Amino acid sequence: MSDQHHTNPGHPSGADEDGGTTGALEPRFTSPGLAPHAYRRSDIDPKAAKRREREVAMLFGLSTLGTLLFIVAYFAVKLENVGGTEMLNRVALSTRLLGLGLGIAMFCIGAGAIHWAKTLMPDDEIVNDRKPMRSSDENRSAAVAYLKEGAAGAGLGRRKLIRNSLLGALAPLGLLALIPLRDLGPLPGDKLARTAWKAGSRLVTDPSGNPVKASEVPIGGVVHVLPEGINDMGHPLEERAKAAVIVIRLAPEELRERKSRRGWSYNGIVAYSQICTHVGCPVGLYEQQTHHLLCPCHQSTFDVANQCAVVFGPAARPLPQLPLAVDSEGYLVAKSGFHEPVGPSFWERGKR
Amino acid sequence: MSALKSVFGRVSARRRHRLAPLVLLFAALAATGGAYAAFAPSPQAEAAPGSSSQATDEGKVLFLRNCSSCHGLKGEGSGDGRSPSLIGVGAASVDFQVGTGRMPAARSEVPQVPAKPVQFSQKEIAALAAYVASLGPGPAIPSKEQVDFSKADAAAGGAIYRTNCAMCHNFAGSGGALTQGKFAPSLKGTTPKHIYEAMLTGPQSMPVFSDGTLTPTDKRDVIAFLKSIESEPNPGGASLGRIGPVSEGAVGWIVGMGMLIGCAVWLGAKAR
Repeated sequence: MSDQHHTNPGHPSGADEDGGTTGALEPRFTSPGLAPHAYRRSDIDPKAAKRREREVAMLFGLSTLGTLLFIVAYFAVKLENVGGTEMLNRVALSTRLLGLGLGIAMFCIGAGAIHWAKTLMPDDEIVNDRKPMRSSDENRSAAVAYLKEGAAGAGLGRRKLIRNSLLGALAPLGLLALIPLRDLGPLPGDKLARTAWKAGSRLVTDPSGNPVKASEVPIGGVVHVLPEGINDMGHPLEERAKAAVIVIRLAPEELRERKSRRGWSYNGIVAYSQICTHVGCPVGLYEQQTHHLLCPCHQSTFDVANQCAVVFGPAARPLPQLPLAVDSEGYLVAKSGFHEPVGPSFWERGKR
Repeated sequence: MSALKSVFGRVSARRRHRLAPLVLLFAALAATGGAYAAFAPSPQAEAAPGSSSQATDEGKVLFLRNCSSCHGLKGEGSGDGRSPSLIGVGAASVDFQVGTGRMPAARSEVPQVPAKPVQFSQKEIAALAAYVASLGPGPAIPSKEQVDFSKADAAAGGAIYRTNCAMCHNFAGSGGALTQGKFAPSLKGTTPKHIYEAMLTGPQSMPVFSDGTLTPTDKRDVIAFLKSIESEPNPGGASLGRIGPVSEGAVGWIVGMGMLIGCAVWLGAKAR
């Protein structure tokens, strides 16, 4: 065990029929050889080796215990005939014990094997010289001959019909990769620019679906609304993703409104698209005192008192405003749909 | 002598240990943090102590003594926006703010007044609430029946919660960050009455959810949902505060990757 053994399978016969010497280059440095072999404690001291042996055995034994824990836990924690919280508690206990048992069982086998290999198995340094990459000339010419023979046998040059039909089969194969690209379309048309809101749509609460009376929205109040009847539309989830609107009431004197948007609010009640103009997260964190509306994804902050102008964060545009009106029964309705596409930018935005 | 030498030799070897800088760094951090916690002015110490010894049934007396320095002698507010007018905030607002210890607040408690140990007895709070309610009409303290969630629909409450509340207070009511140091507090352990009053009155940054838009039944459902998730066990293991990917990612990276790196180092180390 203690003798250092170098395996030198002799110099490879890089010298070919030229009769030249191995390698054309002169050696530029002399090999320092291997560092002196460092003996492990278990190589020298039989007691230490015995100790290592016991450690490895202990790790393997621990693995057995882990397996037993898994089996016992599997049968001991009963999940039948219980419900509710007790059931969840038992699932939690079962999951933990099974995981622990499996973890110990597998980890300790691995750890034991590594420990065994590192401390007890031979760790002598061995040198194996690299073999030359080039095959012998005989092999090389034989391989070329095989190829030529095969090509001649297949008769590709002779049987034009087969060759041409094969080419005809291979060329359209590329189409198979191209055809499914059609699934990227069809283009959305004006779907990105349209929402379910139209003139006269009642605002109903999400998720209860109750219409909202203007008189019932208090100053500082917030209502999350959708257009009435959205759940009866063709793709209600897709429509919700565009039509979510937040209704907020401020003291009317706190509201600064552009001239062109006079009449879009009602008694300090304003409605804005909840879809962030950055990448379309639902903007929902409203701070009553600062009138700031915050997007939870990237912290874009909109000032509701000032037309939802961006005051912080990566959003490029204010949130689109939904013009509001009140119907004869006092319920909030949309005066019209949105006047611009809601949500994040897209290529054709503003080109229609 | 040689024994002494070997001891010192061992000590200095340990000081040169690879992990020594790391241990020192943690010790220094802990010491600074501890010193800060010990010497930083506690907001409670600065808060006006509730003069419960002189408590009377008169909410007005209590108000004048404890609240009027900020909110004005008639509850009209400070006018500079720091202390709002209390006319029309109603009894529910007083019961929430004083009942959760948020009021009386210290000037240092900006930008957000946190919940603190309550400084008044329930009787005093009721007297204060009655006085403030007399200043102008506002939402009343909910009745026991209104906050009795035992018969409410927790599933419906969950749907309402996710649309209206979860964006700030987190999907599991663990709370979350707002802007400029403000935050939505955790809802764990909040009494049903205070949850109801918070929805009704919209304290601080929170918007108002009036009975017209979020009906009393809806509010009770939300309370039922919050209470049901409070008692819900975590079948998947440690909840890590139920704050989502941040804590889970931190544990995954630090503990999980740490263990993998530890194994890799052990695998590559030469046995001695």
